[in-house]
Amino acid sequence: MSFSVTEATTRQKWMAGTLVILYAVISLIPLVWILMTGLKTPPDSISYPPKVMFEPSLEGYVNLFTTRTRVSKETLESLPPPANFAEEIVRNRDMVIAGPSKFGQRFMNSVIIGFGSTFLSVFLGTLAAYAFSRFRIPLADDLLFFILSTRMMPPIAVAIPIFLMYRNIGLSDTHLGMILLYTAVNISLAVWLLKGFIDEIPREYEEAALIDGYTRFQAFYKVVLPQAATGIASTAIFCLIFAWNEYAFAVLLTSGTAQTAPPFIPTIIGVGGLDWPAVAAGATLFLIPVMIFTIMLRKHLLRGITFGAVRK
Amino acid sequence: MAEVVLSSVSKSFGSTIALEDVSLTVPDGAFVVLLGPTGAGKTTMLRLISGLERLDAGDIHIGGRKVNTETPAQRDVAMVFQQYSLYPHLTVRQNLEFPLRSPILNTAEDEIKRKVNEVADILQIPHKLDNKATELSGGEMQRVSIGRALVRDPSIYLMDEPLSSLDAKLRTDLRVELKRIQANLGATFLYVTHDQIEAMTMATHVGVLNEGKLVQFGTPREIYENPNSIYVASRLGLPRINILPSEIFSSSAAGAVTTGMRPEHIRQGSGASAEVVRVEHLGDQTRLHLTLQGHEITTLAEPGRSYERGSEIKIEPKDPLYFDENGNRIFGRSI
Ligand SMILES: Nc1ncnc2c1ncn2[C@@H]1O[C@H](COP(=O)(O)OP(=O)(O)O)[C@@H](O)[C@H]1O
Ligand SMILES: [Mg+2]
Repeated sequence: MSFSVTEATTRQKWMAGTLVILYAVISLIPLVWILMTGLKTPPDSISYPPKVMFEPSLEGYVNLFTTRTRVSKETLESLPPPANFAEEIVRNRDMVIAGPSKFGQRFMNSVIIGFGSTFLSVFLGTLAAYAFSRFRIPLADDLLFFILSTRMMPPIAVAIPIFLMYRNIGLSDTHLGMILLYTAVNISLAVWLLKGFIDEIPREYEEAALIDGYTRFQAFYKVVLPQAATGIASTAIFCLIFAWNEYAFAVLLTSGTAQTAPPFIPTIIGVGGLDWPAVAAGATLFLIPVMIFTIMLRKHLLRGITFGAVRK
Repeated sequence: MAEVVLSSVSKSFGSTIALEDVSLTVPDGAFVVLLGPTGAGKTTMLRLISGLERLDAGDIHIGGRKVNTETPAQRDVAMVFQQYSLYPHLTVRQNLEFPLRSPILNTAEDEIKRKVNEVADILQIPHKLDNKATELSGGEMQRVSIGRALVRDPSIYLMDEPLSSLDAKLRTDLRVELKRIQANLGATFLYVTHDQIEAMTMATHVGVLNEGKLVQFGTPREIYENPNSIYVASRLGLPRINILPSEIFSSSAAGAVTTGMRPEHIRQGSGASAEVVRVEHLGDQTRLHLTLQGHEITTLAEPGRSYERGSEIKIEPKDPLYFDENGNRIFGRSI
């Protein structure tokens, strides 16, 4: 039998596989529980012992997207038959749909603010990283250190000053304000990550393009950008995850127009008793955009996450 | 195609002097080879001409036009880098098309197609045109790099050791091919190498660089036969020139400290006696390694003679080259 340092034996592969699957199952249990809770009825969701087998219902999702009012039996009977499944579910609880909830709008806020600040962080970060990587900038090292130092303090430590400042200049509870804030927090990460990636791209590529008759911007656009795609993709994912999940600033600075989903979801609990299925439904939907974004960029990711350790 | 003139060009990087007061004319249609060891400033010279580096002092003229402040794109030069210059995210064809599609050249589609196919044929890579650049072997990549220059018709082709990463056979093929292309087009080439066969066979002119200075410039023959220093003499010739103290031999030139002898400067059969240490049969030539009073000498076997390891043969210099204590040539007659 031959022995190889790099090739795993069948037994090793089995063991590794088992460990990975075990780990995946353990980490997925909370997710699965959220998914399941979203499909339970409110009584099922709080039954003891917890139900693993249950009859799925869309009540959580209906409650998430609607506001409802309780009506008397007589009124209920005097109504025309329910127009759709949502009304039917609601009437079974002696209620009628009063209107749409704010969830859709809050979710859109999250999308606008999350993707907006991600785009801005990555866009500015790429340009800054390129400049730091390629040009002789006076005090470049000090500037880079300064940029990094903005991340040494937890952002929330400056929450009060920012709160007051935002109120004074009218950025409180605005999309622009939140986009700028998340961009400010993310940009240092973006510059540092991207500089690492751009440093790895040999200058000769751009220089060849310059000699071949392209301007510096064209060389940047045609040569550097495609090769930095990995770095840009992974940086974008990091930025999006932060902006998407951010809770503290969102609670503090937004209440209406620009409120994002994270501060909104817990408020569902207070509305009509402990409506766990609606909360779980909100959480489930909230997971989807980051998941899609990550899956879309996954082919760039392996190399990106390992920061250039894996070479093609 | 155009003449390129460097006048008193200097360039330093911090405290490193890369080029110092270099003046050099690359005549229109010439094939100039730059020789010199690593760090001599060869790459720096090409980068200055292409505009990738700025001059500290001096002037560069291309086709009579002073280009000191022009951008690389304005200078109309093509360059093959020592390493990396294929774009990994593009196919071979896209790499070859890249210069032709630049806003400056802005070539018509059918012309692009014709040029790319022509160059691919010359470089023996037509079957690789649709491969990703990363799917090529090192030698193929380097050929595509050369191709990226050849699709253009610039004032001057700058090539930085373009064949150094290729295997021997391909190197020979491409050497011949490049020379043929240059001669056919009447193109101007400035070509860096440290392979002396490339220098001798391709060059119309050879420039020898040492620590940032151009120490000699001339035809390959002049450089070989009439080097002005030990340094230059050692650049060309296989086996290398033998440098021995002048006092070993009875005749010498006034002021000569060392005597340089290529194989053709060594007459066998008379003079001092040397011991045969080793005989190397290389096929086309047979090398003799001798020791003479503790000094090693490498020369060529003369046809029709037989040599035994350990035996003695007599040698004496025949019109050798004499050098002073600084290694500079003494053009005196032997006394
Ligand atoms: N960008 C640079 N920064 C600092 N030193 C450099 C740079 N480019 C070249 N040098 C130095 O200049 C000298 C000449 O380099 P180079 O022209 O690359 O030599 P060659 O191509 O003949 O090997 C070397 O000492 C090298 O270290
Ligand atoms: Mg070099």
